[in-house]
Amino acid sequence: MTGRARLGALLAGPEGRLAVIAVVVFAAMALLSPDRFLSVQNMTSMAFQFPEFAILALATTVAMLTGGIDLSVVGIANLSAIIAATILTQLAGPGVEGAAAAGWMAGAVAASLAVGAVAGLFNGVLIAVLGLPPILATLGSGLIFTGIAIALTGGSAVMGFPPVVAWLGNGLVFGIPVPLILFALLAGAIALLLARTGFGLKIQMLGTNPLAARFAAMNVTGVLIRVYMLSGMLAATSGLVIMSRANSAKADYGSSYILLAVLIAVLGGVNPYGGHGRVIGVVLAVLSMQFLSSGLNMLQVSNFARELIWGALLIFVMIVNSQGRFRPARGARPAAPPTQP
Amino acid sequence: MTRVNLARNEVLVALVILAFCALATLSDPGFLSMPTLTDLLRGGIVLGIFAVAAMLVLVSGGIDVSFTAVAAFAMYSTTLFLVTHAPGMPWPLAFLISMAIGAALGAINGLFIAGFGLPTLIVTLGTLSIFRGFLLTFVGSKLISNLPPEMRAFSRLMMLRGTNADGSFYSLPWAFAALVAVVVVTWAILHRTMLGRSIFAIGGSVESARRIGVSVRAVQFFVYVYVGMLAGLAGIIHASMARVANPFDLVGLELSVIAAVVLGGARLTGGHGTLTGTLLGVALIVLVRNSLIVIGIPSTWQSVAIGVLILVGTGLPAWQAKRAEARAA
Repeated sequence: MTGRARLGALLAGPEGRLAVIAVVVFAAMALLSPDRFLSVQNMTSMAFQFPEFAILALATTVAMLTGGIDLSVVGIANLSAIIAATILTQLAGPGVEGAAAAGWMAGAVAASLAVGAVAGLFNGVLIAVLGLPPILATLGSGLIFTGIAIALTGGSAVMGFPPVVAWLGNGLVFGIPVPLILFALLAGAIALLLARTGFGLKIQMLGTNPLAARFAAMNVTGVLIRVYMLSGMLAATSGLVIMSRANSAKADYGSSYILLAVLIAVLGGVNPYGGHGRVIGVVLAVLSMQFLSSGLNMLQVSNFARELIWGALLIFVMIVNSQGRFRPARGARPAAPPTQP
Repeated sequence: MTRVNLARNEVLVALVILAFCALATLSDPGFLSMPTLTDLLRGGIVLGIFAVAAMLVLVSGGIDVSFTAVAAFAMYSTTLFLVTHAPGMPWPLAFLISMAIGAALGAINGLFIAGFGLPTLIVTLGTLSIFRGFLLTFVGSKLISNLPPEMRAFSRLMMLRGTNADGSFYSLPWAFAALVAVVVVTWAILHRTMLGRSIFAIGGSVESARRIGVSVRAVQFFVYVYVGMLAGLAGIIHASMARVANPFDLVGLELSVIAAVVLGGARLTGGHGTLTGTLLGVALIVLVRNSLIVIGIPSTWQSVAIGVLILVGTGLPAWQAKRAEARAA
């Protein structure tokens, strides 16, 4: 294969284009601010920063693959973090150490995952059993989860954790940040789930054509409920990471992450109409966003300009990806996308 | 005799509003009064204009989450221009400028949606960040609290004012007439023009609309420009009434507005939506926001209450549709 043909093949798929974008952004930032962007300190701080919203992006990705969307992930993350935080502060107290601390931590993690699963079950029932459109079901349930979190705490932050909590968000294992390891494990697990299991295949079939999935005798209700439970548990995990990094839990943490999570999923090539999307794309999208964000931060570009650039990047990538890919006809789902040349 | 059709959201929402008012009056007899009414009407002006705009987009089969950013952009840049270059400009002109800026930003949405055929939710999520980012980076991020005199004058124009029995003042600003005008114009477009029929048609089925000769792109483009224009109007009214132009205002309201519209019976799948339902949905949201505390529910539960309303309001019709479908199959 000639170099040009190889480049053409790489650019043909959304993941390939995204990989190019990630590399270009990295190179540009490295050239513009070499001593600071390439520093070890910046690399570690990036590795600590992105996992919390990257895990939320994974949560929205699985919902989006079925043709739905989960707008309640931030609500679930904060509510489950508040439950975990309440256990850690009220029952365990800031003084516990050693085995007792590890035990309380395990209990708090289990409780928050259970909250995530129950919240996801609630979403799944609304969508699969009652037939609510996913946007509205998760918009309403997100308000409810946030509202319960506000009502439980009166709107203030829960703090005063035992020191063991900090490990999850700020610890290092062999010099690698714990949140990064967690994200890598989750991304690997979701990628395997989608590519290698019957459940993963069902998720993608359902997203491609729900009617055909039903005619193929798939238990659509069961699959949807499990997808939203998975999304809820991923959101709860992200909530734990946010809690540990902030060393507190509050009902309105990460409120801008909802937009960011949807943006990353779409940027990563997940088709908002369902059916198509790969975890590698989401990972590449997360990396591009983080390189851009940290780089612009070093160039002293304001947060607002970053928001502007994110939006522009989203629309740019959508235009490139849409060439022959999306048919946004309402009501009718898009036909199977043409195979990649 | 006509039976009350509970499947219709309008009826459901109207009943909930009546029940809410009855409860509120029982726990506080002072609830049924002119000040409450004028407060609610005043609170509904900006939300109502937004909701009419959002309803039009839903009817056309799309969704727009960027209108609050359009409103903030149009409102803030108009006010800044007036303050720095034309402090004496009469308010109707200022309103026109804000509406023109809104329409121009709406045209950008229209270009991506009608021109490139991108999904509306994703485009407007993107332009929400773009418009807001551009406003705060390049136009300004400081509050303007010394509004130009004409905008202040507008906020003081009252349709109605009086004193309650207990000595409290109440008033209804002329800004309310803007909501009325928006409703009348939108009603006329939707129900008295071919354009309106085309909007319903493409919301029902794009392909069918195309085959009967509707220019889908032109209609979609119009919808997003019109929504931008209404957003510009709502923005400048909001700034005048709040007596301050805050570039951080408004953004964040978009999902509540869409929730109000869907509560009123508009469907996310397009083709369905009424102005009556939309206004009832707005009334319910404003009522819950302003008066939850009157019926004895602490305000910390406000978002739970709105969330439950959205789920019940959209869940009942969805559930009935599903049952009807199961019976037909």
